[in-house]
Amino acid sequence: MGGNNNAVKKSRWAAGITPYAEMGYYDADYEPKATDILCAFRLVPQDGVEPIEAAAAIAGESSTATWTVVWTDRLTPYEHYQGKCYRVDPVPGTDQYIAYIAYDLDLFEEGSIANLTSSIIGNVFGFKALRSLRLEDMRIPPHYAKTFQGPPHGIVMEREYLNKFGRPLLGATVKPKLGLSARNYGRVVYEALRGGLDFTKDDENINSQPFMRWRDRYLFCMEAVNRAVAATGEIKGHYLNVTAGTMEDMYERAEFAKELGSVIVMIDLTIGYTAIQSMSKWARKNGVILHLHRAGHGTYTRQKTHGVNFRVICKWMRLAGVDHIHAGTVVGKLEGDPNAIRGYYNTLRANQLEADPSQGLYFEQDWASLPAVMPVASGGIHAGQMHQLLHYLGEDVVLQFGGGTIGHPDGIAQGATANRVAVEAIIQARNEGRDFLNEGPEILQKAARWSPELRKALEIWKDVTFDFESTDVPDAVATLTV
Amino acid sequence: MRITQGTFSYLPDFTEEEIKLQMRYCLDNGWAISVEHTDDPHPRNSYWEMWGLPLFDVTDLDIPAGEIAKCRQAFPDQYIKVNGYDRTRGRQTTMLSFIVHRPKQEPGFCLERTEGQDRRIQYTIRSKTQLANQR
Repeated sequence: MGGNNNAVKKSRWAAGITPYAEMGYYDADYEPKATDILCAFRLVPQDGVEPIEAAAAIAGESSTATWTVVWTDRLTPYEHYQGKCYRVDPVPGTDQYIAYIAYDLDLFEEGSIANLTSSIIGNVFGFKALRSLRLEDMRIPPHYAKTFQGPPHGIVMEREYLNKFGRPLLGATVKPKLGLSARNYGRVVYEALRGGLDFTKDDENINSQPFMRWRDRYLFCMEAVNRAVAATGEIKGHYLNVTAGTMEDMYERAEFAKELGSVIVMIDLTIGYTAIQSMSKWARKNGVILHLHRAGHGTYTRQKTHGVNFRVICKWMRLAGVDHIHAGTVVGKLEGDPNAIRGYYNTLRANQLEADPSQGLYFEQDWASLPAVMPVASGGIHAGQMHQLLHYLGEDVVLQFGGGTIGHPDGIAQGATANRVAVEAIIQARNEGRDFLNEGPEILQKAARWSPELRKALEIWKDVTFDFESTDVPDAVATLTV
Repeated sequence: MRITQGTFSYLPDFTEEEIKLQMRYCLDNGWAISVEHTDDPHPRNSYWEMWGLPLFDVTDLDIPAGEIAKCRQAFPDQYIKVNGYDRTRGRQTTMLSFIVHRPKQEPGFCLERTEGQDRRIQYTIRSKTQLANQR
């Protein structure tokens, strides 16, 4: 690699070491084909390594190359199979570069996130010649997207199934997240749902612990769900987390949830891409909505110079096929720059996207009618932020108020009612053409005059904000379009 | 009980003017307005009776407002809802749906439990109006 700067230029096929860039993994003249998968990597080379060589090394190691010349390349149309870096841009004011790499469609197995990711991020992140590496974005051509079926239901089908239109859906994660017995747990579910929420949710780490085994939880939760349906005349659901140690256990839990009549089950990102695709298949076959909690993603998505940007995870999960995915709140307690989050939400919901550096979208993306994923906003949000939530996140979203429901001083049902009144009041105002973002506090105060539940919620959480700087913001460099 | 289906069931019942403002929003978005009614608001009842066809080419708000009034007159003891429908590609679905009329007494629902093996319970939800009609 970079250590060969003094080497005499040798033939492409001479045994030994040839810089990746000279082996064809860098080609400034290459014009990406409509069928290519494109990637944007953010890289920092080690001292003394040319950025182009570092970028070519990524293209090489994520496609056909190994560290030395092999004559067996000549048994193949290697030009076709080589990943090709076609552009390297410095990121102004930093030691970083954005490398654009094109991969031919033939490099990937149809319908397999495991295969796609084993190629693209399989080997390159530990590369010694790089100080750091991050996969920022991918363009998935329709030719590849169409080898997946995507979300088992999608936003439109979910809304028609639940008979809920024209407003964000509301949910809450049962708290405390660990320690409740199954019977007490079901109480929280019942109160939150009868008070006005559409969904309640197991947390990511509620699986089957000694204090509450899964089967007991499912039974009590479904009693709670059905009582709330009868009390309101609305369809309600509780995300029963089926995450377990083996696929056999997950299928067993999911089957039981289905037999009890649950409209939705839940999995964690930690189960792995293949398990997610299997559960997606199960959910489609059985007509059960599939909720994905992104447990663990922060370990590789948060730092700007390492890992995989969350927008890429959104793309993989839309392909793999989940109906819901947690995608940030902007105003809550968890990481999230507003522009970056807009990019995630658009990636999950839109059918066609243009490249937009301000949202961190490096490429255009055509989903070719693959159903949309419902983003879920969860973590430190409350009724007093409803106007901001609607402004930043839009209407096709599940807003999850855990503490913001269960922490209501008058009770869980009252907390739920406060959230439901707030969302309906803001939607009414928006539809009436009012400037709901700026008039939001006033609109909510007006509703609080006749809703004691909302009044209490606004009082207690009025000063709660989480105003920290994001670690991950788009560069918004005007030259980043392809 | 007050059933809470629809976009705005947690707000006080809308005035005529407020209903019109929501229908204005539908028309501004190019959505067709339709009026539906039922005496069986079971949560799984996807097909309320249509009060005529969706008003595809209507731009005058007085027309759907008049249809709501006529429907109310014909079915004062039923539920009536207004829907906004978006036919655009990728949507092709209802975008807004809210109740504009309710019976004076809302009968609500019964929850029936059939106990099975292994602590399993089969739940059935029945509209009380439907139960009354069967008797």
